[in-house]
Amino acid sequence: MIAEAGLAALWLAAALSLLQLLLTVGHLRALFDSERFDAARAIRGVAIVQGALTLTAFAMLVIVFVRTDLSVALVAANSHNAKPLIYKIAGAWGNHEGSMLLWVTVLGFAGAVLAMASRRLGQRTLIAALGAQGGLALGFYAFLLLASNPFARLDPAPLEGRGLNPLLQDPGLAFHPPTLYLGYVGLSVAFSLAVGALITGEVDRALGRAMRPWVLGAWVLLTLGITAGSYWAYYELGWGGWWFWDPVENASLMPWLAATALLHSVTVLASRGALRAWTMMLAMIAFSMSMVGTFLVRSGILTSVHSFAVDPSRGTFLLALLGLYVGAAFALFALRTARLKEGPPFELVSRESALVANNLLLTVILGIVFFGTLYPLFVEAATGDKLSVGPPYFNTVAGPIALILAALVAVGPLLSWRREARPLFKQLTVPALFAATALAVSLFATPQIGWLPRLGLVVAAWLAPASLLPLLRRNPWRTPIATWGMAIAHFGVAVAIAGMAVDSAFTREKLAAVRPGETLGVGPWLVRLQGVTPAVGPNWTAIEAELRASRGDGVLVLKPQTRFFTDPPTETNEAAIDTMLRGQLYTVLGKPDGEGRWQLRLWWKPFVTLIWLGGALIALGGLLALAGRAWRGWRKERFA
Amino acid sequence: MKPKNQRLILVVIALASVLAAVLLAMWGLKDRAAYFYTPADVAAGRAAEGKAMRLGGMVQPGSLRREADGVTIRFLVADGDARTPVAYRGIVPDLFREGSGVVAEGRMSDGTFVADNILAKHDERYMPPQLGNQAAEHKAGKTLKQ
Repeated sequence: MIAEAGLAALWLAAALSLLQLLLTVGHLRALFDSERFDAARAIRGVAIVQGALTLTAFAMLVIVFVRTDLSVALVAANSHNAKPLIYKIAGAWGNHEGSMLLWVTVLGFAGAVLAMASRRLGQRTLIAALGAQGGLALGFYAFLLLASNPFARLDPAPLEGRGLNPLLQDPGLAFHPPTLYLGYVGLSVAFSLAVGALITGEVDRALGRAMRPWVLGAWVLLTLGITAGSYWAYYELGWGGWWFWDPVENASLMPWLAATALLHSVTVLASRGALRAWTMMLAMIAFSMSMVGTFLVRSGILTSVHSFAVDPSRGTFLLALLGLYVGAAFALFALRTARLKEGPPFELVSRESALVANNLLLTVILGIVFFGTLYPLFVEAATGDKLSVGPPYFNTVAGPIALILAALVAVGPLLSWRREARPLFKQLTVPALFAATALAVSLFATPQIGWLPRLGLVVAAWLAPASLLPLLRRNPWRTPIATWGMAIAHFGVAVAIAGMAVDSAFTREKLAAVRPGETLGVGPWLVRLQGVTPAVGPNWTAIEAELRASRGDGVLVLKPQTRFFTDPPTETNEAAIDTMLRGQLYTVLGKPDGEGRWQLRLWWKPFVTLIWLGGALIALGGLLALAGRAWRGWRKERFA
Repeated sequence: MKPKNQRLILVVIALASVLAAVLLAMWGLKDRAAYFYTPADVAAGRAAEGKAMRLGGMVQPGSLRREADGVTIRFLVADGDARTPVAYRGIVPDLFREGSGVVAEGRMSDGTFVADNILAKHDERYMPPQLGNQAAEHKAGKTLKQ
């Protein structure tokens, strides 16, 4: 019954999204508005009920997973009675259908919040945006109901489920996908607002102000989701790397790049009324990238832990949806953009120009990542040749441009709107000294490191002090919270770049087969294999090595494992990682060699945690900006 | 800048940077994309020496040897009639075994494929699409023999 209730809620929500779209068209064409029927109010109501229905459907799915109702096909294929509760809950979205339902739930929920919250926006634009949101939702409901029904029954029900992929049995599963999806799909509102505003022609500062919190919120969640996903891959896969340029990683990076550009241009729109057409374009690109990412990951054309199922009809369906929405949005853009009013002009050296430069560089990086990710698909479709594009391409082509962008981040916030008359050299003396010192020290102390990590160190040393300059000579209590947010986020960029550069320049690795009692050296550490023993967990058994690591002061104990799962039968490597202020010691247990030795792979990674600390700081900055503006808006409303 | 020109200038700059991105990407992809080859392709001389590539096929049963250091392995990857010797230093993924499919990243060096990485299968049900057809044929062959 629960599964049927969920399915009914989905069908009802789909019907309401169609109603929402039709009512909007009727309302905008003034077909049936009268004294007695307020279509605008009806549309908002429909959007809110639709959001509630998707939440209901999602709750039903979680319930069948928690109960392990094996007569539901999805549960039987992906769950198991002997699984810890947290993975029963999180397992609801650890599969194709469930994750698509989560996606659609966020879409419906975002539409409901838009209907409830945006009061400052012109009524017509808001209604047009709700219609667009209904249209988006309709397509994805159709995809769920026709091609990916999460509530399909299985008759007869099996006695036991097939279990969840052990790589996914990790607390990361409870956090990473929902955060990322909230970010991905949160961008749908920016898309719908852009479509709505292009329909009504009201692209102005009010639209910028209405769009900004959505972009900021989605971007914060994307940043958190990507950072968490990176750390999850780092410790779960046991490969010692934190970013592999895997197409699925790129699928989350592309919306983030577009959202980062949009975040900066929507600020120009909201505070200056400039960059109107460009901001609309970016809003469309950002959510288009979310849809491209969903297509790449969910169509099964990529090989990865994320592609749960390979079913060509689903891929075609998603591709058709993608083509329809992206095509319609850009056709609308092409038709309406010439009618938009020109924003106020600005000089070559101004904050607007700096933000344009930010947008262009981000767009170039986005283009490079996009082409690199899709190139293998194009080539295979065209010639049948199979190929893959990896770190050598992305690092060498996108890396330097990202560093140029990071170097410019130091300058942009110091400029005034419209026209900057003061010379900036004086303010930037300290950052320049930092950068020069970093260059000199790195050349003398470590001449052997590559040019890209060295450049990274220099840029980090330049940006870290420069990012704090906007806070200088201001009363900290009277500085707007949003300014603090900007400074912290930019400082986070410097921290993350420093972590990446140090990790790629100074990581030490050791791989060897050793007998119990033998010692290996890695970086400053001596690591001794004490012994290998069995271990048992809730739904796995393992062999566990005991390692004692020392560097003169005290001893650390690390216990890397190889785990064996029976449902489904799989082995996984559980790396043991010790985090210190100075870095991480990362240890992986390999295979026995049949002669009493065990393979061990050890890494000493100085300051690697800065990468994720930087990501967290960037997200925190965004959160402060969001909170600061919300607080200001609330005070204005209250005391106006 | 006059307002009229400003929009035009912005459009031109935007188009120029998109073009720059495309050109950069094409330049970068020209010699940084790793092609997927089978041992038959290698035997036919399609895989250039020293260029990053992927090799896929079956681990030939009985060919797996371990070197004295305990972390280097050598084996043959086979498809049909052709064989390519592979050397790999590292921890093999869990589902790597003789007689099963494998995809390795690396480059050819003196007739041996030196692998930097052996790609993991994430679970039993998962098969890299690049190997999909071959694996299906292999299975079908087995069934016929029985």
